[in-house]
Amino acid sequence: MIPAAFDYHSPQSLDEALSLLQRHAGDAKILAGGQSLIPAMRFRLAMPSILIDINQLNDLRYIEERADYLAIGAMTLEHSLEDSPVVRSSYPLLRDTAVVIADPLVRNMATVGGNIAHADPANDHPATMLAYRATVVAKGPKGERTIAIDDFFTGLFENAMAEDEILTEIRIPKPSANSGGAYTKLERKVGDYAISAAAVQLRLDGSKVAEARIGLTNVSAVPMRAKAAEAELVGKSISDAVMEATGKAAAGECDPSPDLRGGVDYKRDITRVMVKRSIQQAVARAKGGK
Amino acid sequence: MPQLDDRKEHHSELAEGVSARVPTTDEVQIKTPEKICGMGHRKKRKEDPRFIQGKGNYVDDVKLPGMLYMDIVRSPYAHAKINSIDASAALEMDGVLAVITGEDLKAAGDLHWMPTLMSDTQMVLPIDKVVYYAQEVCAVIATSRYIAADAIEQVFVDYEPLDAVVDPFEAMKDKVIVRDDKEEKTNHIWHWEAGDKAATDSVFNDAATIVKEKMYIPRIHVSSIETCGMVANYNKVREHMQIYMTSQAPHAHRTVFALVSGIPEHKIQIISPDIGGGFGGKVPVYPGYVICAVASLVTGKPVKWIEDRSENLQADSFARDYHIEAEMAADKDGKISGLRVKTLSDCGAADAAANPSKFPAGLYSICTGSYDMKAAHVEVDGVYTTKPPGGVAYRCSFRVTEAVHMIERMTDIMAHELGEDPADYRLRNFIRPDQFPYTSPTGWEYDSGNYEGALNKAMDMLDYRALREEQKEKRAKGELMGIGISSFTEVVGAGPSKDYDILGIKMFDSAEIRIHPTGKAMARFGTKSQGQGHETTYAQIIAEQLGLPADDIEVEEGDTDTAPYGLGTYASRSTPTAGAAAVMAARKIKAKAKKIAAHLLEVGDDDLEWNVDRFQVKGSPDQAKTIQEIAFAAYTNHPQGMEAGLEAVDYYDPPNLTFPFGSYICVVDIDKGTGEVKIRRFVAVDDCGHIINPMIVEGQIEGGLTMGLAPAMFEEIVYDEHGQNLTGTFADYLVPTAVESPKWELGKTITPSPHHPIGAKGVGESPTVGAPPAIANAVVDALWHLGVRHIDIPITPPKVWKLLRDAGVTD
Amino acid sequence: MSEHEVTLTINGESVTRPVEARTLLVHFIREDLSLTGTHIGCDTTSCGACTVLVCGKPVKSCTMFAVQANGAEIETIENLAAAGTLHPLQEGFWEKHGLQCGYCTPGMIMSAKGFLADNPDPTEDEIRHGISGNLCRCTGYNKIVEAIQYAAEKLQAADAGGE
Repeated sequence: MIPAAFDYHSPQSLDEALSLLQRHAGDAKILAGGQSLIPAMRFRLAMPSILIDINQLNDLRYIEERADYLAIGAMTLEHSLEDSPVVRSSYPLLRDTAVVIADPLVRNMATVGGNIAHADPANDHPATMLAYRATVVAKGPKGERTIAIDDFFTGLFENAMAEDEILTEIRIPKPSANSGGAYTKLERKVGDYAISAAAVQLRLDGSKVAEARIGLTNVSAVPMRAKAAEAELVGKSISDAVMEATGKAAAGECDPSPDLRGGVDYKRDITRVMVKRSIQQAVARAKGGK
Repeated sequence: MPQLDDRKEHHSELAEGVSARVPTTDEVQIKTPEKICGMGHRKKRKEDPRFIQGKGNYVDDVKLPGMLYMDIVRSPYAHAKINSIDASAALEMDGVLAVITGEDLKAAGDLHWMPTLMSDTQMVLPIDKVVYYAQEVCAVIATSRYIAADAIEQVFVDYEPLDAVVDPFEAMKDKVIVRDDKEEKTNHIWHWEAGDKAATDSVFNDAATIVKEKMYIPRIHVSSIETCGMVANYNKVREHMQIYMTSQAPHAHRTVFALVSGIPEHKIQIISPDIGGGFGGKVPVYPGYVICAVASLVTGKPVKWIEDRSENLQADSFARDYHIEAEMAADKDGKISGLRVKTLSDCGAADAAANPSKFPAGLYSICTGSYDMKAAHVEVDGVYTTKPPGGVAYRCSFRVTEAVHMIERMTDIMAHELGEDPADYRLRNFIRPDQFPYTSPTGWEYDSGNYEGALNKAMDMLDYRALREEQKEKRAKGELMGIGISSFTEVVGAGPSKDYDILGIKMFDSAEIRIHPTGKAMARFGTKSQGQGHETTYAQIIAEQLGLPADDIEVEEGDTDTAPYGLGTYASRSTPTAGAAAVMAARKIKAKAKKIAAHLLEVGDDDLEWNVDRFQVKGSPDQAKTIQEIAFAAYTNHPQGMEAGLEAVDYYDPPNLTFPFGSYICVVDIDKGTGEVKIRRFVAVDDCGHIINPMIVEGQIEGGLTMGLAPAMFEEIVYDEHGQNLTGTFADYLVPTAVESPKWELGKTITPSPHHPIGAKGVGESPTVGAPPAIANAVVDALWHLGVRHIDIPITPPKVWKLLRDAGVTD
Repeated sequence: MSEHEVTLTINGESVTRPVEARTLLVHFIREDLSLTGTHIGCDTTSCGACTVLVCGKPVKSCTMFAVQANGAEIETIENLAAAGTLHPLQEGFWEKHGLQCGYCTPGMIMSAKGFLADNPDPTEDEIRHGISGNLCRCTGYNKIVEAIQYAAEKLQAADAGGE
């Protein structure tokens, strides 16, 4: 399995990358971690004529806590999320997600920005970023702009960025007090995409859920938030019945396709279970557990 | 008939240390000191230094001057007419030397068809139609791997799709004929029976209880991490073909190549270098090999062909694919009395199974397993479908896995049906130790066994009774826990030449030992290790026999120019056959060594006795000659009239197969929410007779267990209704990682084979055979009270989830 | 279809070679540099037979272009015993029978090397997850885990002794 030939560019700065992208718009593909793109190229499912490798843009590799958000450079390796003390201490949903992406070797190459920009509903970060109400920063010839995650995923493998823009940063709002999150994923084996997975981020007010956002993985054509499920959860006191109703709502609003991972009914029901388990864990964390 | 006399002499020697019924023990015998490292020592492997330093030599590591590369155009249809192949664009590309089509092979002497191991025929390259998805259509030869990959995209084939027939039961209706090249227009290939039909029917008529079940043992793939490949190097001047090839059976392959190509056999050298796993997948001759060899013949240059993983998964031989309908009868005491089995074997587009010639369904008729019953009758039908051909073992001895899965499932179903504990039920139905040698209702003569010994040991290891108590408590709380047992009997070491051959070549195997003047030795074998550790274990066998340190014995396999003829390594046959040949050759050497020692010590032969590494004068051990001294004398001071040298060769024809066995117990917990099955514990007690190297045996068992887990819970080759393979990469063909694979717990008993010269049996495949039913039985055990009787493997979360929800169980 | 000159350090030695942009790193290592200890087992980034260390991190060299390794430091299995003594991981795999056919072994060892650098005192479960990007078809993994435990202990003892 050998990729088709292409022209290769390795810009040393973001500006150089952007100008290359502008010059070759339509023909070029950005090569970030390459862990999805290169296998697709080996099978000649992707045959870009030009590759712009942005792995030299080390300025885009950082995890920084700023005033009210966590800033993650687009080229940050998944592995760095696993290792990051701040992610470990304050962003458990993100850490849950990072450790179940593909396998440890892939995580040494794969990037957070690549995972999100690819807009694959089977990828794990989209659901998590939806649950976090993250913001995506994109830079293009006209400058920098931010895109709310809710507006970012526009179709299967399609995002809201223009062809000449590059994703540079992801911002996760700093969780307020009494918040907790969790990611629960069922996979056939390590390295596989999810059968279904649920990302939950919530804030408690006493025993009540004051805020909650739920993202789902691989049960829709476009990365999705489970809004009906969120509605079942917000304002309620946590109970088995509420969690069940929330899970059921998510099962009802997702739209999985049957494949080797299971049929539609199965995936819906697993979505219910994943949502419940993530809520349980998120609540435990919001109450100060790990 | 001098050969027969030789054989008799061979077997009269077997008595050495082994009697007809040897009690079971769990102590590994060690008779040699550490420095000799004979049998029983946990010797570190001699082959490992090269592997751990990246200095192995696999086929893809072979690089010859001027070497060309081959890539293959494959069919996107499972069944289609080929109207035309247009390779002109590919041929115009820089670096493309040739495109080989079926027409070219036909012109080269009807090489477009080849015989299969089952004496069926299989296309090498098609002329007018393809019969499976990913079938080889034509091949491009180019100066680099990358150019060849580009060029196959530039070959344009005009296909006219035909209806595929994927379901073997549909195929039996003959609406779509897969092989219209055959005179008879039917997909039915063969019918085969074993056992006594009338006696079995009569037992069923008298039965107090009959249980029936349909089960499917799905199509799977061996997926050794190294795919198949070849470097063919034809020398036009010498008219000599040198082939590096991923081969488990290099000699047999040489003979097949000679017969197919017409190149004289002495002008073909097959080298099977280091092999990155075989498991049966490197036994067949695939079209790619033949095309690669032809490409070298045509171009006069070395040509390399290395499969991609997707080609390997999509086109190479599969395993299993048995559709089974089984019935078991029990008498009024609940004792198993009979077994009646009908099976449909989905052979794909050719009967290319790697079975001994006389056994189209392999050793499947061993299916009465470890249980004593009055009668059994087994029928199997083979059928063509538009799927890749094959029928290899997947780490199993010719279909014994299918047999064991069926009998262990049926026994469990019967036990549950009768309300008996599955362990107790097995204990009262086992063939008893005093019944060996035991003749089974389908005609097998089991050499030895102690089934209750192995099961009792496994039960002790995990405190079986306590687990049953725990299960009761859990069930009362609505939790799902299951305990599954498999008490399997394996049948390995083909085989006695009267019954076993491949394409007419008898299934003996060979060893040749040469001892050099300085007391170092070279030993060569007709088998071929693919990870089993032959370089170490064969050396230990010889060390045990001759007292030479195992480190002083170089073991070599895989080069047909130097190794004695043998049938290769598969079906756990190396220790039973070539291992025995090593013993026999060593004993021939020892007999000569005794004469030399007597000459050196100036005593009569009868005055000498053997002591570990020397012959000594009876009663005065100071007067002795070590094997090294004897070896030196064999070249420098041998008796007048005796041939110089110290070497021997043996072609060992075993009197019977060996029958390793074991009892496995698997404990599972089931997640009611997701249907996930979690293996909490898995205890495996194996009995493979005398153990040559306990460390290697453990490795074989642990590896085999994971390869048993794989089809039980993860792996299956799946086709859509058009015959497209949906599991053609490792992204969807789910080989377990270290996370899915549990921590295996091993135990052993030792019941030596009474006919093998060192009482050993094969072991590499027992766990692959025994593990799947233990897992399946555990899952069914957890769900029986919900009305679940059977689950087909692989037991995936969606299957369990469906059963749970159907029974009204949720989280 | 661009060609590039690549300069990188492989096993401590600097090499410069022209490569076609699409050349996979694993092919560059095996074919151009003739270091055949690094193997290929799949086309989907699943098996890890091709694992090498790039700047100390284990990655799958089938899922990286050689041109991307320009300026990088690469270590392959061939370097582990370059000084003449086996690395504790090599020793562990030999002692504990952590290999059979040997095909996955170089990738498994390189993966374990990167893993232990991050996590020198791992639990069994952490080891199993740590090598979950590498498939082995022969061993059933028990003895690979033991081999890595052996190496971890030995490396830690060496570290302690060095202080």
